[in-house]
Amino acid sequence: MGVLIILIIASFVVALGFLVAFIWSVKSGQYDDSYTPSVRMLFDEKGNTTNTKNDKNNTNEQ
Amino acid sequence: MNKTNSKIKAEVCYHCGDACDVELIIFDEKQFCCHGCKTVYEILAQNDLCDYYRIEQMPGITPKIKTENKFEYLENESIIEQLVDFKNESISKVHFFIPQIHCSSCLWLLENLYKLHEGVSSSRVNFMKKEISISFKNEYLSLRKLVELLASLGYEPEITLDQLSPNKRKKVSRRLIYQIGLAGFAFGNIMLMSLPEYFGLDEHSFDQFSKWFGWLNLIIATPVAIYSGQDYFKSSWISLKQRRLNIDIPIAIGLFVLYFRSSYEIISKTGPGYFDSLCGLLFFLLIGRIFQEKTYHQLSFERDYKSYFPISVSRISKKGIEVSTPVNDIKKGDRLRIRNGELIPVDAILISGEANIDNSFATGESDPIKMVSGDRIYAGGKQEGESIIVEAIRPLSQSKLTRLWNEQSGQQHYSSSFSEMTDQISQWFTPIILIIALLSGLWQMQHGLGKAIQVVSAVLIVACPCALALAAPFTFGHGSRWLGRQKCYLRDSFVIETMAKLSHLVFDKTGTLTYSRHKNIEYIGKVLSPGEQAAIRSIFYQSNHPLSRLILAFIPKVELLEIEQFEEIAGQGMQARINQISFRIGSAKWIKPDLINAKETIVVIEKDGEYLGHYLIKNEYRKGLETLAQKLNESYELSILSGDNDGQQEKLKTIFGHKIKMLFNQSPQDKLNYIKQIQKSQQVMMIGDGLNDAGALNQSDVGLAIAEDTNAFSPACDIILGAEHFENLATYLAFTKSCKRIVIISFVISFLYNLVGLTLAVQGLLSPVYAAILMPLSSVSVVGFVSLAVNWKAYRIEKQIF
Repeated sequence: MGVLIILIIASFVVALGFLVAFIWSVKSGQYDDSYTPSVRMLFDEKGNTTNTKNDKNNTNEQ
Repeated sequence: MNKTNSKIKAEVCYHCGDACDVELIIFDEKQFCCHGCKTVYEILAQNDLCDYYRIEQMPGITPKIKTENKFEYLENESIIEQLVDFKNESISKVHFFIPQIHCSSCLWLLENLYKLHEGVSSSRVNFMKKEISISFKNEYLSLRKLVELLASLGYEPEITLDQLSPNKRKKVSRRLIYQIGLAGFAFGNIMLMSLPEYFGLDEHSFDQFSKWFGWLNLIIATPVAIYSGQDYFKSSWISLKQRRLNIDIPIAIGLFVLYFRSSYEIISKTGPGYFDSLCGLLFFLLIGRIFQEKTYHQLSFERDYKSYFPISVSRISKKGIEVSTPVNDIKKGDRLRIRNGELIPVDAILISGEANIDNSFATGESDPIKMVSGDRIYAGGKQEGESIIVEAIRPLSQSKLTRLWNEQSGQQHYSSSFSEMTDQISQWFTPIILIIALLSGLWQMQHGLGKAIQVVSAVLIVACPCALALAAPFTFGHGSRWLGRQKCYLRDSFVIETMAKLSHLVFDKTGTLTYSRHKNIEYIGKVLSPGEQAAIRSIFYQSNHPLSRLILAFIPKVELLEIEQFEEIAGQGMQARINQISFRIGSAKWIKPDLINAKETIVVIEKDGEYLGHYLIKNEYRKGLETLAQKLNESYELSILSGDNDGQQEKLKTIFGHKIKMLFNQSPQDKLNYIKQIQKSQQVMMIGDGLNDAGALNQSDVGLAIAEDTNAFSPACDIILGAEHFENLATYLAFTKSCKRIVIISFVISFLYNLVGLTLAVQGLLSPVYAAILMPLSSVSVVGFVSLAVNWKAYRIEKQIF
């Protein structure tokens, strides 16, 4: 029976981990714009894959 | 067949897809409709960005005609400071609203701005909001240069006075998402921990665990009740302070009692509590809230006069130098230069130049008015033609138009987080529940005080009107989503409820019942020889008058001829010599007075002093207007208000029948008063299009603005309807009535659940298991029912229309 308590604690910790991951993803702006990324991913980059010409910048909203 | 197809295609602009009506430019083996489009193509081709044309066909936007110094105000430090989100020595970040964003090509090009200019570090588009955030290096690029770069591509950002007022800047709220996440997490985990309870295992081997589980549930549920439930507590507190009963009060009571009774049971080890119900309820309620929150970010329903005016105008200082001055700083006596296509921001007097004022914005009159120096021009007019100089007679805040607006601002529409229907029900729902709880408590007193308290709390828990609170948001949410797909955008989903109650519809005429751009042009007179056709086209080509542009698109595109002599006479027309033949083209008053006709606009052509023929320009009524009028006549009273003269009265009578009330020569203030008048006895919807209807739109119970382009400016209103769907208006109104019926049916369903729950609770039989089943079940079944019903109704309508 004691093992059950450990299992419960373990499952609770895992669930908490997911909650933290969720909060993190909301915080980083993943839920702000749910449409544009679906279009953006379809573009082919030719040649230079990143903004090598101008330095790349963090684009998260401030 | 094939040949004609390719011919049609051949005359379409490679950049913007418009027909090459007026001009045809061949460049790089591709066709363009104007130099603007060609220039954009050139820029993109030079920078190896022609993928733009590969992602979508003809994605471009014709850039507006460039006026020098248009963005001069962007060098003004205080304006820069207000617009920029972030700035340090090397980098600035800014975001713009660009209404022209419409396809994935736009997205691609705007996110590849860094390839066009080395000063741009990165750019990111939010497609739904039509917003772009750009960070750029101050060293290489100024804000003005950046905006000019965007404008040169056809993506001119919309910068209005509105944006500059600080309180308008909204932060994106992510709180609701956090609240749902937390409630969902707790709901799932608490249900898991309650499994022994559900199976009745607690009495035997699981006894020691139930204590554990109980405490764990309490720990998980506490943040949920506090954080996720806070809006309900706050809202009911506010409404109690206002001495009103809204639906949040019974919900808050339910949540409150659920939480404290469950905590008591766990701490006193008398039971397992109802935490699963608590979290489940909050979870469903919050989902309902996010459902109704679907808004159209890219559309603005709250525009006031400020959004129409430019941020700054060129003021001519005493020394004769033009300075760009913010509109708010204009003082009486300032001289301003107004260029072609600019709005006149304040009431003013014309000093010099040839004013040709298009007042359609402010008064609804469709034809531009010529003014001579000394004439008074009211704010809201738009200059067409050469640049003029005016002297301000009032500052912005006191001009006529602004006053009309401010008169409105006091009458904000009352809005609550729940629908009127739900709030009405809660007016008597809450007292009844409280009485039932008290009575059953008194009745149970025979079994002791403990039992009585238990029963009272059980009644309050089970009566929590969640299904009731969910019915309206989900129904109207689904409804407004469907209407949105039909290009009928609602300010918020509860507008549907008001729409269902309407009894009187008031239409504006010009631009609402008629097409605003495309007009019906007819040629009457002698048949024109090819030579004459060429000559006439060449003459029209010289003129910038709106009528000339209109006719130019209508007549056949023949080769242009060389003009020997050309003169444009203001207010009259043009005269020219081509191949030794003199032509006069212009108003009937000037050339052939016997043609004068108050009802239609006429352009007469004369060759060598001899009348050839004339063009008749008529307003064309929208497609399907007659059928629409018939349908609406069955269930609504109709009125038409027009800023124009009564030339169309007979025609309108044949369309709308004789019952209709018609008023002509109506000023914006007249329209507003008319609406007020009817509102004394009826629920009114105003259907209009321009700023001249703005007062009436705002005053009416539901204001519907017709927009040819839903992203373009439209006045403040409750609904924006794409003009091409105007003929379906009757269907949409009928749909809102069905939505209301669906809400009523779902109210009945949720009452039935409450009846069952209350019967159990009053007898003291409400065990946590029953609560855990009954409460989510009622929510789910109500949500399921309304979703199915609304979508089924929408599906049936779609089959009928399309």
